[in-house]
Amino acid sequence: MSDLTSMTLAQARDALRQRKVSATELTDAHLAAMEAARPLNAFVLETTAEARVMAARSEDRLRGGEAGPLEGIPVGVKDMFCTAGVRTTASSRILETFVPTYESTVTANLWRDGAVMLGKLNNDEFAMGSSNETSCFGPVVSPWRRRGSDTKLVPGGSSGGSAAAVAAELCLGATGTDTGGSIRQPAAFNGIVGMKPTYGRCSRYGVIAYASSLDQAGPFGRTVRDAAILLRSMAGFDPKDTTSVDRPVGDYEAAVGRSVKGMKIGIPKEYRMPGMPADIERLWDRGAEQLKAAGAEIVEVSLPHAKYALAAYYIVAPAEASSNLARYDGVRYGVRVPGRDIIDMYEKTRRAGFGPEVRRRIMIGTYVLSAGYYDAYYLRAQKVRTLVRRDFETCFADGVNAILAPATPSPAFGIGEKSSGDPVEMYLNDVFTVTVNLAGLPGLAVPGGLDAQGLPLGLQLIGRPFDEETLFSLGEVIEQATGRLKPEKWWTGARP
Amino acid sequence: MSVDAATVRRIARLARIAVADDEIEHLAGELNNILAFVEQLSEVDVASVEAMTSVTPMAIRMRADVVTDGGIPGAVTQNAPVREDHYFVVPKVVE
Repeated sequence: MSDLTSMTLAQARDALRQRKVSATELTDAHLAAMEAARPLNAFVLETTAEARVMAARSEDRLRGGEAGPLEGIPVGVKDMFCTAGVRTTASSRILETFVPTYESTVTANLWRDGAVMLGKLNNDEFAMGSSNETSCFGPVVSPWRRRGSDTKLVPGGSSGGSAAAVAAELCLGATGTDTGGSIRQPAAFNGIVGMKPTYGRCSRYGVIAYASSLDQAGPFGRTVRDAAILLRSMAGFDPKDTTSVDRPVGDYEAAVGRSVKGMKIGIPKEYRMPGMPADIERLWDRGAEQLKAAGAEIVEVSLPHAKYALAAYYIVAPAEASSNLARYDGVRYGVRVPGRDIIDMYEKTRRAGFGPEVRRRIMIGTYVLSAGYYDAYYLRAQKVRTLVRRDFETCFADGVNAILAPATPSPAFGIGEKSSGDPVEMYLNDVFTVTVNLAGLPGLAVPGGLDAQGLPLGLQLIGRPFDEETLFSLGEVIEQATGRLKPEKWWTGARP
Repeated sequence: MSVDAATVRRIARLARIAVADDEIEHLAGELNNILAFVEQLSEVDVASVEAMTSVTPMAIRMRADVVTDGGIPGAVTQNAPVREDHYFVVPKVVE
């Protein structure tokens, strides 16, 4: 059965269409893999019964010659996406009883195209975190380990469950959300592919909001092609999201394998930070060489305001979060803690329902938006955001097709290593990824290789607005040159 | 700018989050670390820079001013922790 879970999504799709495997067999193999991988804590809810029903329906459609683009493909869904009739928590105690009565547009698109839901995937509470340690369900354990060590590592975050499940072959693909790097950083930590599309490409309808001007849904896959296939189904115009963009969805899979000859690739000099691990620098250079060998032209570019992006992010995101999360008041949904009056009830409910990181970000956001501080913090941060975006626009206007950078400043770290003490230490994980969210651009994380300890490191390709296709073409070049990275399945005792 | 104990209490009140007395000092430290980190933005020259209001330049879509949804009070109140018929129940607000 392990053959069925180690196929790529594209291979599984073809095998299903050629009737070499049934949708039911494929789903059952993944359900068995999920059960064996429970020590990873990647799923917060296994929707076994629903998965079997959906697989049986897919099987009928495959037999009837009515297969959708994702017919019979088992996927996992980050617990930030509302799924009708299926508990959706954002991995927060405050939503532990929440059962949506409606479906997010992104997941509805996946089911429309025939995908099978295996379950809901763990994440940092309300997607606030870079290690999956803030989840009320506990941390996800990375399928990766340092060579010769059994130290438990984080899978990254906030979409830690999604990345771990895809890397561990528990599903063929998964959905994620990316507000400051929450798809790209865990993809990099797990040696897989993750795409944050252009802001507006995927509908935010039914996605639990963290920071609305930055949040964007996107796919995880084990290959560039798999991510491309998933994005085509997830993306599209949706009148239910006012920031959804009404323009045609590209044929992303067709972009995989397209020539990159003559493309101009920018290497941002400001990303070469003092103290950067030598492995990251080495793999970054190697990625540039791989693109050059495929006919691309490598040029140095400057993003002078990139160094301010993280600070601007930690004003804008908490500010929006403090507003978005005001709705969790113990009245309309979720958990309520009784109080002596209504205010006391609100305060006790929110104290008990939110974890420490979420409370911290709400308080920072409340502070920077409060009377007398708005101009100094929020307004200034939004002006810096304009400058960050302008830096990218200047590069693109100079003919740069995409920018190549590391995805993270370090490989995965141990569970608990960065979760005590100064919160800013954890925030620094997002230093290479937040610029893209602030500017609303697409970003693709692809595996760049292993470091000296045997852990995956990711590269990031940043593109022009709505030019996801170029990123998939470039990502494929790096993937072909690097090869795929696979963790040993220590959790089942199986050999790799 | 740094926050003191009184400010932490004020922010917590505005945010409607209960904070115990023995948490105040620790919280003030964490918030100050974050505020010290974002302080670097003060060195950026933002004179004559417009604040970003929309990350992708787009015009707001208009639609006809008609009712497009509703009539589902059961679904709307279904997840309420306390409800009666189709009403949300809250502690007494007006004496």
